[in-house]
Amino acid sequence: MARERPPVRAPEGTAPAREAAGKPPFERLVTAHGPMVFRVVRAVLGPADADDAWSETFLAALRAYPGLPADANTEAWLVTIAHRKAVDVLRGNARRPTPVDAVPERPARTGRPDDGDPDLWRALAALPERQRQAVAYHYLAGLPYREIAALTGGSTDAARRAASDGMKTLRRTYPPPTEER
Amino acid sequence: MITHDPDTARLVSALAASGGAGTDPATAARLHARLVADAGDAGLLDVAYRTLDTPAGSLLLAATEQGLVTVAYAVQDHAAVLQRLADRVSPRVLRAPGRLDTAARQLDEYFAGRRRAFDLPLDWRLSKGFRREVLAHLPRIAYGSTESYAQVAEAAGSPRAVRAVGTACATNPLPVVVPCHRVVRSDGSHGQYVGGVAVKDLLLGMEAAA
Repeated sequence: MARERPPVRAPEGTAPAREAAGKPPFERLVTAHGPMVFRVVRAVLGPADADDAWSETFLAALRAYPGLPADANTEAWLVTIAHRKAVDVLRGNARRPTPVDAVPERPARTGRPDDGDPDLWRALAALPERQRQAVAYHYLAGLPYREIAALTGGSTDAARRAASDGMKTLRRTYPPPTEER
Repeated sequence: MITHDPDTARLVSALAASGGAGTDPATAARLHARLVADAGDAGLLDVAYRTLDTPAGSLLLAATEQGLVTVAYAVQDHAAVLQRLADRVSPRVLRAPGRLDTAARQLDEYFAGRRRAFDLPLDWRLSKGFRREVLAHLPRIAYGSTESYAQVAEAAGSPRAVRAVGTACATNPLPVVVPCHRVVRSDGSHGQYVGGVAVKDLLLGMEAAA
């Protein structure tokens, strides 16, 4: 019916369309998983560095997205990238001369209302890094301990222990609001 | 999902939404705007899109770095159209209204009766071969006038390819801007339209009245 001829000027795509077939538009990943990634990096890094880590995570993901297999678990993939970006930020902060114990004295450093609860960030910041990561990846990203171990190193049991120890400490250091009544 | 004792649930809920926010619209908008800006700077914004409310319903507009690549009516299912862009152009698709400011303004002017022709860079990559030759002819049909499928076939150099002209119009990736609504049946009736017959009537009626 349609009389197809060779294109007059072949309009070639910019991306390898065959490889990418069936993959959702990247916007769908931002909508579906952006809030989760933000909660994770905010728990691991605190509110001041969360925006930077989130932005670097999604820019890196956008760059790599055309090469991602169509059947990949995009949620776990994003957490993996977020983990690496958060580690970069933590290493960068460790080299800075600013004393860490000065940070909790300045609630809502960025002046944004959603920076939330300084008590919680203080309690999280006091946890060892591994525990903070295990708590965030398990309870906020929903990753199984086996996958957390693959990210952070160590055994599955060690990841489970780190999350459990972290939550145990948080129950003590971040008391329920009812105590204020 | 993971189930928790009440105390763990309290902690998880605090982590997820401290201060009752953290995933609120303002945060999401701030992060999204920064991603779009960073992606543009890095040359990673392969397909930008937005929607535009018009008298013909919500239009999806999408552009590559070369130009406007898709205009789609709501009846075409915007999610399906975005998926096709991801498959055929690039999966690096982001809602990024900035790149479509000029297109949106010109469409607003058109629907307000203040614009008779579009002056936009177009990316023709979703239309190939004879269909593309047909579509390339359509902007030469003046605002407010029409041509028959047979006349368009002749103008495209294949007078007997009348049905192929119909197919070209039905698969026009840039309706409104590339005016396939100005192609009608030889008896003067409006015929089919990618946005539905009612929208074709609306556009032709609007152009005739202007």
